[in-house]
Amino acid sequence: MLQDKIQDVFNEPGCTTNQAKSAKEKKKGCTKSLKPGAAAGGCAYDGAMIVLQPIADAAHLVHGPIACLGNAWDNRGTRSSGSQLYRTGFTTDLSELDVIGGGEKKLYRAIKEIVQQYDPPAVFVYQTCVPAMTGDDIAAVCRFASQKLGKPVIPVDAPGFVGSKNLGNKLAGEALLEHVIGTVEPDHTTPTDICIIGEYNLAGELWLVKPLLDEIGIRLLSCISGDGRYREVAQAHRARVTMMVCSQALVNVGRKMEERYGIPYFEGSFYGVSDMSDSLRTMARMLVERGADRGLIDRAEGVIAREESRVWRRLEPYKPRFEGKRVLLFTGGVKSWSMVSALEGAGLTILGTSTKKSTREDKERIKKMKGEEFHQWDDLKPRDIHKMLVDDQADIMMSGGRSQFISLKAKVPWLDINQERHHAYAGYDGIVNLCEEIDKTLSNPIWRQVRRPAPWESGPSSTLLAAE
Amino acid sequence: MSHIQRFPSSAKAASTNPLKMSQPLGAALAYLGVDRCLPLFHGSQGCTAFGLVLLVRHFREAIPLQTTAMDQVSTILGGYDNLEQAIRTIVERNKPAMIGVATTGVTETKGEDMGGQYTLFRQRNPDIADTALVFANTPDFAGGFEDGFAAAVTAIVERLVEPSPVCIPTQVNVLAGSHLSPGDVEELRDIIEGFGLSPILLPDLSLSMAGRQPSGFTATSLGGVTVDQIRAMGASAATIVVGEHMRVAGNALELKTDVPSHFFSRLTGLEATDKLVRLLMELSGRPAPARLRRQRESLVDAMLDGHFFYSRKRIAVALEPDLLYAVAGFLADLGAEVVAAVSPTQSPVLERLKAATVMVGDHSDVETLARDADLIVSNSHGRQGAARIGVPLHRMGLPMFDRLGAGLRVQVGYRGSRELLCDIGNLFLAREMEHGSETHDHGEAHGCGGGSCGCNAV
Repeated sequence: MLQDKIQDVFNEPGCTTNQAKSAKEKKKGCTKSLKPGAAAGGCAYDGAMIVLQPIADAAHLVHGPIACLGNAWDNRGTRSSGSQLYRTGFTTDLSELDVIGGGEKKLYRAIKEIVQQYDPPAVFVYQTCVPAMTGDDIAAVCRFASQKLGKPVIPVDAPGFVGSKNLGNKLAGEALLEHVIGTVEPDHTTPTDICIIGEYNLAGELWLVKPLLDEIGIRLLSCISGDGRYREVAQAHRARVTMMVCSQALVNVGRKMEERYGIPYFEGSFYGVSDMSDSLRTMARMLVERGADRGLIDRAEGVIAREESRVWRRLEPYKPRFEGKRVLLFTGGVKSWSMVSALEGAGLTILGTSTKKSTREDKERIKKMKGEEFHQWDDLKPRDIHKMLVDDQADIMMSGGRSQFISLKAKVPWLDINQERHHAYAGYDGIVNLCEEIDKTLSNPIWRQVRRPAPWESGPSSTLLAAE
Repeated sequence: MSHIQRFPSSAKAASTNPLKMSQPLGAALAYLGVDRCLPLFHGSQGCTAFGLVLLVRHFREAIPLQTTAMDQVSTILGGYDNLEQAIRTIVERNKPAMIGVATTGVTETKGEDMGGQYTLFRQRNPDIADTALVFANTPDFAGGFEDGFAAAVTAIVERLVEPSPVCIPTQVNVLAGSHLSPGDVEELRDIIEGFGLSPILLPDLSLSMAGRQPSGFTATSLGGVTVDQIRAMGASAATIVVGEHMRVAGNALELKTDVPSHFFSRLTGLEATDKLVRLLMELSGRPAPARLRRQRESLVDAMLDGHFFYSRKRIAVALEPDLLYAVAGFLADLGAEVVAAVSPTQSPVLERLKAATVMVGDHSDVETLARDADLIVSNSHGRQGAARIGVPLHRMGLPMFDRLGAGLRVQVGYRGSRELLCDIGNLFLAREMEHGSETHDHGEAHGCGGGSCGCNAV
């Protein structure tokens, strides 16, 4: 069953990478086989958690031994404006006896305890490798628990070893399509209801976008899943338009919602000025096409014009400071091209970007925008990155937390632009935040100090004279 | 505290806000204390990714950690091929002195025969005979962090240490448990070297995890005890074993080399440190150095100054077993009342722990037990629960991702004990000062010992 679902996800016609593949290639799937001893990155379960955990009022229960949750809970910056239950880590913490005797009964008891103690609107149950091997049927347990306890209990069948984080994202999307979306009817609907898919409200980014939607008169009916509530996700099928933010991750959800409920979708991004404006514009246009009041477009244009002039005015002071500063950008997928244009708008020079997770379309787009000589690295080894930094080829590196030490140990400024980051970079205000963070880092006085030789190293002979 | 309630296992099916971390993670940390080592998890790549992120967040250091990247097919057909390929790839790319393998839930559920695979690997790969290889069985579904650390140290001892015909009278082994931070290990080395002895610390996190600045790019641990030093442990005059979970490794070492071992359940607190110093005086035949004597005086003084704030304070402690034992014992020594001692896993030290409630549990248990406590001592994961019940949290142990210098704290020896005494004492002191300025009432309720907190109660 799980295999069928994985094949289905691999066949996804909405995926641009897939569209370019032969039937045989499609069957092989998008999971590159990993090289033992030289692999990095998360597993499918990790990916499923990333998508679903932002549903803040639900309980998220991990069925597995302690490693899957114990080593990994409380480590993401997704934020909620209300319920904090999603930050509570629940696991069945399977022991040797559960491995031998099966963990299904324990799983049921765990679900029951959670429902009795926390009374969440729903419980998500995550399958992991060990119970998948021993054959615990979590779908059956969830069905049973759902009937017994009178609450949605949703199985998320994405054990780590089936594949990458990206596959896990999609399998989580399948779980939503199968068990959640369409199960709750909203109290009322409006012609401007939208659903945003693939935005996780990291560092509160959604809150930089939502006020603008409110102002234009667009109602965010459902966000999958940033600052999410179970009921809102369940009523996503009543949206008039869907926006796919991280298209690689959840393209299957957008396409299937179109297929099932006739909701058109578009791909957009909130990163960077022009992408942000495009997204608002497209949203308004598509809603009007589906019958919303034409005034929506004018209101959107009004907001865009005001915000754009404001953001460029606010970025102006950074331009002289950023002149000649070279950036190495390592980030996944969509963020690459949206960030490139945003940063260049602020006067930075982007040397190149990683395109490991980007689609062919993304790559074409960057090429068109930047020309052939712009670097697009598919798989750059840490050693090579380190060399570029040591050779003074860049003034700052922007990447995820795990590669930060490549930069910091080379004594080159670094900025976190991944999921553990503490600052919100989405929307018009976000790009100003990003430039402020870059400026703070670049202008920090430590860089000069930490690069100085120690007293016992042969430094410049003027050291003594320079002493104050 | 006449009656101690003991709950040796949790009655709940849903562990909530776990305190427990997995065995392979503990093993990885132990391996990281060996110079030019690359730890390797035999399991799915997610196991490695999660462990890596946790250690990076705690130490704020690059963490070398690799995976055999098991998928569904290799899990079912057997993981030897992946293991062999991983080790060969690592040797080719990174040339480590040692590769430390830790199994995971995936490979242990399948029941991979690691002993057999070691022999097979050596037979098939004579070209890399000079790379040390250590395999440890560390299933995710049994034990926890401390057990994994212990399993790795035991595996290193059993695989690498050799008996020696000679004895170097000034050489001392130290088996440093997972409850010792890199800062603690550094402090221990200082103390031992102060007696003219040269310690071999296994593992030595002070050399690898204390903020190194490499000159070039390195994909292995940078610093730590070297493989050659480990091989030479048989020539030492004595082994100092720190922590209950190091006892098995200590026994293995003694059995293999006849080097007599001396066991210390903890090194935090006056009496515990006195015991260590007495041993070092005996081993070296030297008096205690002047610096250590001054440090002892200073600790005694801090105890006199600080005990006001500790007396009858109600404290809940939730840490890995040996750290729990050390901290709970130290707090009790200062007159505090340990109302709850919560451990993530079962351990023999829990039997010896003195607290109103001793239990194997999680952070949600701490939240329940600490409701009327004055302080919680736990790792950073305790912060959500502590905030909900409005009890201050003093962070110790791992992970500590919301504090700088987490790995460099020192809480062993006279100096470390004094640091810990002052850190926690200051939390109580600050509270009492706050209270004083709010009420201007210095009645019986204000237990500052007559103005010792800086108020005008005299």
